[in-house]
Amino acid sequence: MAALINVPPRAKRGDIIEIKTLMSHIMETGYRHTADGAVVPRDIITSFSCRYNGTEIFRADLFPAIAANPFISFFTVADASGTFEFEWIGDRGFSATAKAAITVE
Amino acid sequence: MRRPRIILATLLLTAIPVYAADIPQGERRSGTSFMAPQTKAMQDDDTANPGMLWTLEGEELWNKKYGTSDKACADCHGDARTSMKGIAARYPAFDRELGQPVDLEQRINLERARHQQASPLAYESHELLALTAFVAQQSRGMPITAGSDDELAPFIARGRELFMQRQGQLNLSCANCHDDNWDKHLAGSAITQAHPTGYPLYRLEWQTLGSLQRRLRGCIFGVRAQPYAFGAPELVDLELYLMTRAAGMAMEAPAVRP
Repeated sequence: MAALINVPPRAKRGDIIEIKTLMSHIMETGYRHTADGAVVPRDIITSFSCRYNGTEIFRADLFPAIAANPFISFFTVADASGTFEFEWIGDRGFSATAKAAITVE
Repeated sequence: MRRPRIILATLLLTAIPVYAADIPQGERRSGTSFMAPQTKAMQDDDTANPGMLWTLEGEELWNKKYGTSDKACADCHGDARTSMKGIAARYPAFDRELGQPVDLEQRINLERARHQQASPLAYESHELLALTAFVAQQSRGMPITAGSDDELAPFIARGRELFMQRQGQLNLSCANCHDDNWDKHLAGSAITQAHPTGYPLYRLEWQTLGSLQRRLRGCIFGVRAQPYAFGAPELVDLELYLMTRAAGMAMEAPAVRP
């Protein structure tokens, strides 16, 4: 699964930075039916988290009303150089990770 | 007790000429200019535009070996960033072997059959859309040049005829909306001028990327006519006419539309 991550490559210490993530996922609600009446089983991302140098800084639970290919953006304070680790977990054993590095001056 | 019934019969007689006036060159506008600022922002930011997910996968597929030839697109075409520059802007293009125009999706499948000995990818499949989006992305910002081949003239003429042809239970032609009433709305949605500058594009309504043929079929269904099948020559002629109609406008693929 493809993911697009936007973390500024460098920032000044103490800067407030925006992190943007876009994850490829169909987000099937589980409320739809096929033409012959069978329920299309739910297939969504249920949880997203971001860790900054090992410490969790952001977490979100996702629900069926969220559109396909969820775009999640949030802010944090750049306090040290290192990596952001992103993790998406969902139905049917869905799991995806991504990483992005930042240099703090 | 019976409720009084009010019957309102409104008869609208609108005189629409059989051959609608073309949009003057100076007044042509991309679908982008009809969008809300939020949707525009989504299209302009490559990390918020969901279409970019397909181009990412398309790049992987470009380098993936396919078929019995065990060749990747990149083995013949090299770096798409240089070799595919401007290609999408001149499609649909004339194929000499078939003697008819083919669109970008059909070209990809023809190349697979002729040079990779691989099976064709289904229309609107994730793989075909990803490859098309990746190739189309290389023409971003370039002017549309489709239809400059002389052999395309009869097909463009047929596409134009289809565009002007009233059809379906609503008895509407494409031109009735997109030439004559593009400055108005259908319910809450802008009608737009139908310039296919951004295909394949991510439609929020679809929640996925889709081709111009999907869009055309949607419109034909909307006027309650029987849509042509994917890959039908009529759809390719329509695509071709629309691209020549938008000649010179900038490519925006993968665009975002509401």
